[in-house]
Amino acid sequence: MSSIAIDSKRTLRQDTWWLEPMLVVLGLGCFALYSTWAALQNGDYYAAPYLSPFYSPCLAINCAHVSVPLFGEWYNWSPAILILWIPGGFRLTCYYYRKAYYRSFFWSPPACAVKDAASSYSGETRFPFILQNIHRYFFWASLPILAFLWWDAIIAFNFGGSFGIGLGTLVLIANAALLSLYSFSCHSCRHLCGGGLNSFKAAPGRFKLWGIVTKLNEKHMQIAWVSLVWVGLTDAYVRLVATGVIQDLRII
Amino acid sequence: MPEAAVAGNGAEAKMRVWRGDASGGEFRDYSVPLEEGMVVLDVIHSIQAMHAGDLAVRWNCKAGKCGSCSAEVNGKPRLMCMTRMNTFEPGETITVSPIKTFPLIRDLVTDVSYNYEKAKSVPPFKPKPKEADGTRRMYQEDIDRVQEFHKCIECFLCQNVCHVIRDHDDNKPSFAGPRFFVRVASLEMHPLDTDDRLEFLRKEAGLGFCNITKCCTEVCPENIKITDNSIIPLKERVVTRFYDPIARLLGALGGKRS
Ligand code: SF4
Ligand code: SF4
Ligand code: FES
Ligand code: FES
Repeated sequence: MSSIAIDSKRTLRQDTWWLEPMLVVLGLGCFALYSTWAALQNGDYYAAPYLSPFYSPCLAINCAHVSVPLFGEWYNWSPAILILWIPGGFRLTCYYYRKAYYRSFFWSPPACAVKDAASSYSGETRFPFILQNIHRYFFWASLPILAFLWWDAIIAFNFGGSFGIGLGTLVLIANAALLSLYSFSCHSCRHLCGGGLNSFKAAPGRFKLWGIVTKLNEKHMQIAWVSLVWVGLTDAYVRLVATGVIQDLRII
Repeated sequence: MPEAAVAGNGAEAKMRVWRGDASGGEFRDYSVPLEEGMVVLDVIHSIQAMHAGDLAVRWNCKAGKCGSCSAEVNGKPRLMCMTRMNTFEPGETITVSPIKTFPLIRDLVTDVSYNYEKAKSVPPFKPKPKEADGTRRMYQEDIDRVQEFHKCIECFLCQNVCHVIRDHDDNKPSFAGPRFFVRVASLEMHPLDTDDRLEFLRKEAGLGFCNITKCCTEVCPENIKITDNSIIPLKERVVTRFYDPIARLLGALGGKRS
C-alpha cells in the first residue's frame, strides 16, 4: 500500500510537465512521417554525385546509383526498405529513444511523479519490450552502414571525374560525421569498449576507449536529436536538387 | 485556519501541508513569517512551532546529508532541507506532501521499510583473497568509477519517484528499485569483488522492469547518474549473460565469469 495523500490525482505538479512529452511527440512524429514518405518514394534520391542517406547503401540493380548490386532486376520496390530497418531498429531500441517514447507516446510515465497511463506494468521483462535487449546487434549492423555513408561523402567530391565541392558535399560529410557520433556514443558501444570490465587496470587500451566513449555518451541525447534532424534534412536537400526545385551550390 | 502571522518585513510563506494518517487526511493551509535564507524544512518547523505542534516530520541533519527529510514539494520529490524558499514565486502557495510510494504513518512521515528489506536481499561484498604480502590492491581508475555510487545518502527519493512501484504497487515484491541498482553496480564493478549478481539482478531484483525513463536520475540529490552509470551498464551485463548468444559463444565480453 502506498501513501494516500495524492492517490486519486494524476500529479500534484504545477509546472508544465506535459510540454516535454508533447514536443517529443511532435518531433518524432514529424520525422516518422517524413522518413516513411521519403522511403516509399522510390525516386529522386540521387542527384549526382549525391546519394540520399535513406537509400544508402543502395542494394538493388534498379537503383539510381547502385552501391552493391545484391538484389536483381526482380526487385523493384523502394531500395530504402532493404536498408532502413537497420538505422530504424538501432534508433527504436536506443536507450535514449526508449526513454523518449516510453514517456511521450506510452505515458509510462509521462513525466516524473506523474501517474502512468496504464494500470498494469511489466516494463522490459516480457514480449515485446524484452526484445530491446538486442540493441547491441543493431549497433554492430550500423557500422557497415556508416562506412557506406562515409564513402558516399567521399564520392560527393567527384563531379563527373573532376574534383569539386558543392553544398551537398558538405551536407553529406556532416551527415556521416553526426551519424558516426551517434553510433559511437551508444550505451552498448560504451559497454563493449570497456564498461563490461570489472578492472580497468588490466586493459589500459580499452580503458582509454571507454573514457572517450563515456565523454561522447554524456551527450548521447543531444547527438541523437541533431543527427536525426540532419539526416532528414540531408534527404530533403538531395531530393530538392534531384527534383530541380533548387540547384546545388558549387563552392569549388 | 490559523491567522497569518506578520513578520518583520511582512513577507509570509503560504503552505498547504498534508495532515493525516493511513485512515485518511486532507491538505491544510498554514501561513508563517518568511525569513531570508529559509528552506522548506524551516517553514515546516515554523508551522510546528506556531500552529501545529503535532505535525509529524522526519529530519536530522538539515544539510542534505542524512536523507531523512524526503517529501514532495509542489508535487516534485525533494529533500525539504535543500529546497530554498526563494526558488518559488513570492506569494505562491507551496504544497508539501509525504512521499507517495511508501505507506503513510502520519503527516509527512512514511514507512520506508520496503527499502531495508530490499537492502537485505543484495548479495554482499565478497572480496578476493589477499595477495602474498597480506594486502589487497586497487587502482585509481577502478576506484574512480565506483566512487560516484558511494555518494548515496539513502534518501529513497529515487525509489519513491520510480513509476515501477510508485504507480504499480503489485510490482514491489519483484523489483529492488534504483537505489539498489546503484548498490549492485558498486559491487559488480568493484575490482576486488568476486561474487556474481547478474542472475539476482535479472530475476529477484527485476532489472527488466526499469524502462530507463530516468526519473530516478532526475531527483537524486547527490546527482548520481543512476540510469546512465549503474542501470544501463548493468542491463548491458545482463544482456551479455542472458540475451546475447554471440557474446556467450565468444565468451569474451563482460561479466565476472568470463
Ligand atoms: S530509470 Fe528505471 S529505475 Fe529509474 S525511475 Fe525510471 S524506471 Fe525507475
Ligand atoms: S541514489 Fe540518490 S536518490 Fe537514490 S537514495 Fe541514493 S541519494 Fe537518494
Ligand atoms: S544508440 Fe542510443 S543507446 Fe545505443
Ligand atoms: S534533514 Fe538530512 S537530508 Fe534533509
